Amino acid sequence: MAYSDKVLDHYEHPRNVGTFNQEDADIGTGMVGAPACGDVMKLQIKVNSEGIIEDAKFKTYGCGSAIASSSLVTEMLKGKSLNQALDIKNTLIAEELALPPVKIHCSVLAEDAIRAAIHDYRSKNSTNEDGYNACMPDK
Amino acid sequence: MQHFPIYLDYSATTPVDPRVAAKMIPYLTENFGNPASRSHSFGWDAEAAVENARKQVATLVNCDPKAIVWTSGATESTNLALKGVASFYSSKGKHLITVKTEHKATLDTMRELERQGFSVTYLTPLENGLVDIATFEAMIRPDTILASVMYVNNEIGVIQDIESMGNICREKGVAFHVDAAQATGKVHIDLAKLPVDLMSFSAHKTYGPKGIGALYVCRKPKMRLDAQMHGGGHERGFRSGTLPTHQIVGMGQAFHLAKEEMDQENKRISTLRDKLWAGVSDMEEIYLNGDTEQRVPHILNISFNFVEGESLMMAIKELAVSSGSACTSSSLEPSHVLRAIGREDELAHSSIRFSSERFTRSITPLGHVQVWY
Repeated sequence: MAYSDKVLDHYEHPRNVGTFNQEDADIGTGMVGAPACGDVMKLQIKVNSEGIIEDAKFKTYGCGSAIASSSLVTEMLKGKSLNQALDIKNTLIAEELALPPVKIHCSVLAEDAIRAAIHDYRSKNSTNEDGYNACMPDK
Repeated sequence: MQHFPIYLDYSATTPVDPRVAAKMIPYLTENFGNPASRSHSFGWDAEAAVENARKQVATLVNCDPKAIVWTSGATESTNLALKGVASFYSSKGKHLITVKTEHKATLDTMRELERQGFSVTYLTPLENGLVDIATFEAMIRPDTILASVMYVNNEIGVIQDIESMGNICREKGVAFHVDAAQATGKVHIDLAKLPVDLMSFSAHKTYGPKGIGALYVCRKPKMRLDAQMHGGGHERGFRSGTLPTHQIVGMGQAFHLAKEEMDQENKRISTLRDKLWAGVSDMEEIYLNGDTEQRVPHILNISFNFVEGESLMMAIKELAVSSGSACTSSSLEPSHVLRAIGREDELAHSSIRFSSERFTRSITPLGHVQVWY
């Protein structure tokens, strides 16, 4: 299985690796996956007072496609509102990275990470943005 | 022209030694006769080449050439051994024993036999990958007809105590099959001394071509089995099908070279292995999978905790290796061998197998893996 150039690029030059302080009010943290599955992603978003994601960071334990998916997501999130972020679908990630069928689950996990991060931020801030309530990652 | 990395995945397959390839080629276009053609010199010539190769294989493992049956590879040899014995002796009993760390050729065949009504015990090895002999003995029942244990494990490189298990089987009247695909050319096999009834061999793990193997079927005491391939009665009825002379010549030559060169190669490879291990063992959170003593020097399976196996392989893309990580298997399940020896899933996912052999010249110790996500 050869990796696409985009995946290789994200793997060799990952964007936005790191952490924010989880306790800060303007930070939402989503941790998804399990070491037993070989894939764990921690995605954090920094949201400003207008409800726009101004920064994002990630840390991932997983294969090249998993790392690339989460790295790409941090780029996609910057500048989006929380609702716009929820519109990011795994298919978009998979297409952008040209993921083969056996790696699609990495993009699904990245989408879950976005939802988890937004859910965490919202539960800390109990915002009522447009009454949008769909952000409940299935437990 | 595609750039190939340095090959350190010899346990997956080996290149055909040029000396082997040279021996094979005339049998494709010049000496192309069917070894079963009795009536002309094309046939006699091919038959002579086949019998010479049979002797070469038998010499490596010190057995009667008549006990060697040609097959399409170790997978077929194992299928023939397990299914053939189970079917022949099913009136005597229907219990089979094997180990969780066996190759899929054995495990999948055992599953198929379960579907056909046999009952199978899958032994869990100790944490070092070795089968506990007392446990093995305790699992044998009056209705046990066959046990199958591999000689050298393809993932972690441990060597099982075949002699002890074989003796127990002889005592209890249980047929004993050994998958020796990874053992030829790495450990000395003496079938005159080893109490083994059936042994699977593969050519492409020992610098021979892919698509040819053999099954040793013991003659004293006589091992019986039901053929799985019918059509012409070749190989004394054990396995029908026109013998591929060029493939057989290749396997014979490969095993002949193995006999000549095994000892000095093992020394050289031990040195390489020690260098590789020295280069990585002072890194934090490194775990060697498999017993430290009872192992072949050719295979080194290491778990690098906290770094997933496939992404680690991407970081060392100058090297061709393989991993016990789920990501690299099409089923998304981590290595069954590492799980069977008790490795937590995280360590199974973080493992890399380095295997070096004849054509590995030298190894520069790897630099630290820099990026920890």
